[in-house]
Amino acid sequence: MINLPLLPIILPFLFAILMLFFKENVRIQRALSLVGVIISLIASFYLLVTVKSEGVLAVTLGSWPAPFGISMVSDMFSALLVTTTLLITLFVVVYSFTAIGEEREKFFYYPAILFMVTGVNGAFTTGDIFNMFVFFEVLLIASYLLIVLGGEKKQLRESIKYILVNVVSSALFVITVAYLYSVVGTLNMADISVKIAEVGQPGIITVIAVLMLIVFGVKGAIFPLYFWLPGSYAAPPVPVLALFGALLTKVGVYAIMRTYTLFFTHNVGVTHEILMVVSVLTVIVGCVGALAYFDLKQIIIYNIVIAVGVILFGAAQMNEAGISGAIFYLVHDMLIKGALFLLIGIIIYVTGTSNLRKMGGLMKTHAPLGWFYLIAAFGLAGIPPLSGFIGKLLIAQGAFEAGNVWGSIIILASSLIVLLSVIRIFIYAFWGEPMELPKTKRKPYARMMLPTIVLVVLSVLYGVGTEWLIPYVTDATDVLLQPSIYIDAVLK
Amino acid sequence: MKTNDVILQTTTKVIFFIIFLFSIHIFFAGHYTPGGGFVGGLLTTGAIVLLLLAFDLNTVQKALPFNFTIMTAIGLLLALGTAAGSIFFNVPFFTHAFDDFSLPLFGVTSLHTAMVFDAGVFLVVVGAAITIIQSIGGDS
Repeated sequence: MINLPLLPIILPFLFAILMLFFKENVRIQRALSLVGVIISLIASFYLLVTVKSEGVLAVTLGSWPAPFGISMVSDMFSALLVTTTLLITLFVVVYSFTAIGEEREKFFYYPAILFMVTGVNGAFTTGDIFNMFVFFEVLLIASYLLIVLGGEKKQLRESIKYILVNVVSSALFVITVAYLYSVVGTLNMADISVKIAEVGQPGIITVIAVLMLIVFGVKGAIFPLYFWLPGSYAAPPVPVLALFGALLTKVGVYAIMRTYTLFFTHNVGVTHEILMVVSVLTVIVGCVGALAYFDLKQIIIYNIVIAVGVILFGAAQMNEAGISGAIFYLVHDMLIKGALFLLIGIIIYVTGTSNLRKMGGLMKTHAPLGWFYLIAAFGLAGIPPLSGFIGKLLIAQGAFEAGNVWGSIIILASSLIVLLSVIRIFIYAFWGEPMELPKTKRKPYARMMLPTIVLVVLSVLYGVGTEWLIPYVTDATDVLLQPSIYIDAVLK
Repeated sequence: MKTNDVILQTTTKVIFFIIFLFSIHIFFAGHYTPGGGFVGGLLTTGAIVLLLLAFDLNTVQKALPFNFTIMTAIGLLLALGTAAGSIFFNVPFFTHAFDDFSLPLFGVTSLHTAMVFDAGVFLVVVGAAITIIQSIGGDS
């Protein structure tokens, strides 16, 4: 089946279109979104298995020869991310059935989610740099709808900021692609890699590399371009926040990792040094932010910034341990951020506030919530054998091997701050004297707990079952470290 | 204030059809010569916007009683369906098929599946653009 890499993109798109016919009928929309995500998930698992057995899959659209048509490439790295994306979408969709409210459901909420997933999976899969821009736009336009849907005052204010920042960075993206095209004369990513290797990365390419870092850095929220993120992400309701936090910044991170391992590998002393310094600074500001707030959402949102820094720090090492650590940590972070956002969504639902100072003693009334939160928090901080451990271990190992002692010490120290920031939520919300809770029904609480618990359990399995995942991550690392595998698959 | 727009309304009634027919011509001219679904759709949208200017939203809604959101969805489905047809023949996505047919009246004509895709694009452009204009111009 030659079109297999496209299935995780087309299937959500198809179901999103079908849902447009049933704007008012919430039941059909729920059913279609659930069925659509599950079918796409099955397709992506099949893709994962096929990539494992057959190596990198590439298809060039419209039967054009490779450097001229648009190539879609599924290597292990993108297949892992596509599968994780659909997995998280499944849980967020189920969670939304109870959490989002009928008003939003009647206004294209589920189609918007699936259109966004189309864009995210497309950006992960495409092998054409301009096509990547197109898929970025697809996911951004869907995310504009999701962030403004509901029309609360705060949402309107933040969505203007969000749209402005993204429109500017998208414009910069096109300009950068145009620069790159004018130098190498091709848009196919494999072909670009070949051409850059032929000319040996002169100064102008290094400039383009830094421009790309700025473009994707805005989307991926690296220092100092993360400024829009804490405000904008706090505005929409929790399920949307979970999707954004788990998926959107990761697309930026993916794009940086892809371009910095495929294109710009000939002047590592400049480009990757910049990437490393910036990522360490990202971790530091993220830590400051995570400790500074008494607001549940803000604390976890700043943890996104920290994670982005950690992943890019691993990717900047350009050695096997560093890159495979970054991949492990990337998938872990998508799972655990999804789980944490869903958990704090339940805490906010139960207490009716997101202010830590107004909470307390939830352990007496909502013990399972407390325990699962604690597991997720430990997982985020990377306590073995939970999911964050192996990634951070490999990243630190890679950094020590590459001789970046100070950077890795900062990364390791940041784990403690991450732990402190999330445990503070636990202490304030679950310990202490019980506060008076607003009257909430038990049934929605149970319904929201179900997908959340399964997601937390999955993240635990991800940590415990690391041994089984290693062959997959090794494959992904090989493709990133040896661009020739990717290039041969595309250009045949 | 009572506005006197007899001239505008009368000419619009004629010009609308001229623009609409031209948009269909442009739509079919695509593929070998400049034209196609996108620009054809924009021209049709332009014709409808002219109607909106000359008359008002309610009149136009009565004259063209379509749900434009559904029109967008049908267009997307048509476009995706045409592109996805290649999946069943196990050739790369978006691969299109064409052949020459001798039709009555037209003689030998080359027909492309790309035309169906373009028809989808046409519907999406009209549907989306009119939906936007309706929702911006809608609340007074």
